[in-house]
Amino acid sequence: MFSRAYKTIVTVPPLLWVTVFLLIPYLLMFCYSFWSVSPAQTIIHSWDLANYRTLFRVNVYWQTLLRSMWIAARVTIFSLLLGYPLAYFLSFYAAKRKDLFYQLVIIPLWVSYLVRAYAWKTILGSDGVLNTLLQYVHVTKHPLEFLLYSPFAVVLTLTHIYTPFAFLPIYAALEHIPRNLVEASHDLGATPAQTFWKVIFPLSIPGVVAGATFAFVLSLGDFLAPLLLGGPSGIMISNIVVSLFGAAYNWPLGAAISLCMLALVVSLLFLSERLEKKWSFS
Amino acid sequence: MATISASEAAVTPADTKGKATLLSIRNVAKSFGKNIVLREISLDIAEGEFLTILGESGSGKTTLLRIVAGFESASSGEVWMGDERLDRQPPYRRRVNTVFQHYALFPHLTVEQNVAYGLRVAKRPEAEVASRVAEALEKVRMTQHAKSKPSKISGGQQQRVALARALVNRPRLLLLDEPLSALDANLRRQMQVELKSLQREVGIAFVFVTHDQEEAMVMSDRIALLRSGELEQVATPREIYIQPATAYVAQFIGHTNLLHGEVRQGVVQCDSLSWPAQLPDGPALFSLRPESIHVMSAAEPTTPGHLRIRGRVLQQAFHGATELIRVQCPGGLVLTVRTPSNAGIPDEVDLEFSPASAVPVRKSPGRN
Repeated sequence: MFSRAYKTIVTVPPLLWVTVFLLIPYLLMFCYSFWSVSPAQTIIHSWDLANYRTLFRVNVYWQTLLRSMWIAARVTIFSLLLGYPLAYFLSFYAAKRKDLFYQLVIIPLWVSYLVRAYAWKTILGSDGVLNTLLQYVHVTKHPLEFLLYSPFAVVLTLTHIYTPFAFLPIYAALEHIPRNLVEASHDLGATPAQTFWKVIFPLSIPGVVAGATFAFVLSLGDFLAPLLLGGPSGIMISNIVVSLFGAAYNWPLGAAISLCMLALVVSLLFLSERLEKKWSFS
Repeated sequence: MATISASEAAVTPADTKGKATLLSIRNVAKSFGKNIVLREISLDIAEGEFLTILGESGSGKTTLLRIVAGFESASSGEVWMGDERLDRQPPYRRRVNTVFQHYALFPHLTVEQNVAYGLRVAKRPEAEVASRVAEALEKVRMTQHAKSKPSKISGGQQQRVALARALVNRPRLLLLDEPLSALDANLRRQMQVELKSLQREVGIAFVFVTHDQEEAMVMSDRIALLRSGELEQVATPREIYIQPATAYVAQFIGHTNLLHGEVRQGVVQCDSLSWPAQLPDGPALFSLRPESIHVMSAAEPTTPGHLRIRGRVLQQAFHGATELIRVQCPGGLVLTVRTPSNAGIPDEVDLEFSPASAVPVRKSPGRN
């Protein structure tokens, strides 16, 4: 149908792009993860698993990885708890205002991530909006310290940022449910609550899985929110990677951690795709 | 026969065979914004009756069904089942079940789970659910597909599952919204027969919505013909064919010839034809079925009391056992005549019909 020249012209640029910006960097990182750094701060090109051993022996690394997963898990749960009802309301009850509400959910995505993270800083800080208000209404005498520079602040901010990502696939899944199935359920005597749990929710599971994957993967790798709002207790694995590649100058260890995360994320994506397939019907 | 006034025939009989009224639709109207879909519909459905709501698309037939099912609320009017006011109940409290146009089977459940759905939400004991589901699947011959997902079975099979899913709940009334429209012609005819015999077997009243007049004639005890949100006529298929109340009904159900006549002192004048009729003076409209007109040879004498007219054959269309010919008669009158096939029609024919078979009909506004 298309000439060979045309096929070459359209396929080469993306292939080139993927090779130069994805395959080669990953390959380099893979190599680095087996190398090491000499005391004189030069890279020693010898191949062993020392970095991977360090990763699992030194507490701070695997503990931070676990904490990052725990933060990401909480963000995922809260994003789903916020995103699902929102998507459900929009899809089933918003009627004419559907488009307006949809835009309202999307608009925050146009605002820079950095601005939104900073906004939370001004809200949660000890002189921040929230603390000032709490003191003004005499709920507390002193500013609440746990609000900022804590895992709490990170979870809150990430939830705010990633809820639209959880919302979108859920909304799409709900929109795809034929409305006559809901009518059929009511017709067969199911109350609205029974209809939700027996028909609507099972049919929206692919969307929930996709939304959960987005929220978890994106917040697991996040580094700005913990940097700005996390404080020492809210540090996440990406912050460690950043410092290993920067000030600490230990690229090999940084590469090893990155590859572990990559493996984790890829297996998660694989799992979620399997789940989505299992629960999709056409 | 010809003296029955059209308005009398249009009155809805409360029930046909002395059976108790099951559902009573009283002055139901519905409009979406400025768009009036139904105007003051009143209709009674008897126990065990097969009633078809027949109409073109946009006639409001599906809306009427959805009001009975509870998916749509009437703008005014009431729906009663016995002494229970139905239109104030949500759909899940009505003892009415629906077979949807596109079946609406739950894609994530197996055939068996689909059929069991109504019983499970009603929290029936599991043993009862199992036996009733098995029985229902048996009845529609889907037992061997019990464990299949709906996407793995054919349209006709999905149709039968949808029926089983509705009937297993033993509703007092089953609503069917063009359930056969997605099937191809052969399967459709087969399902018409199956559906009709199933209805006889279970004895549940069926309200069947269709736009197909032939389907309506074959299956129904009574037909309610809906046009632009108004009932044109409610009658048995035979009555509606032989005694159409309006010109629209006559034309919608089968073929007909509409004769525009003028009545003066008990005599109808229609072009060159005239015959006596007990009708008030003024313009009158008659429906004359093509099969009521007979082709005669010129040598045959006119049957006493019949009208005879000679005309030129314009067109001949073969319909299998019969053919329809269009005949140009004096005075601009064109008649469609049904004759047995292979009659060897000459160019000029003598036609004959009994004045009794010219049924007076009301003029339908906006048409003819």
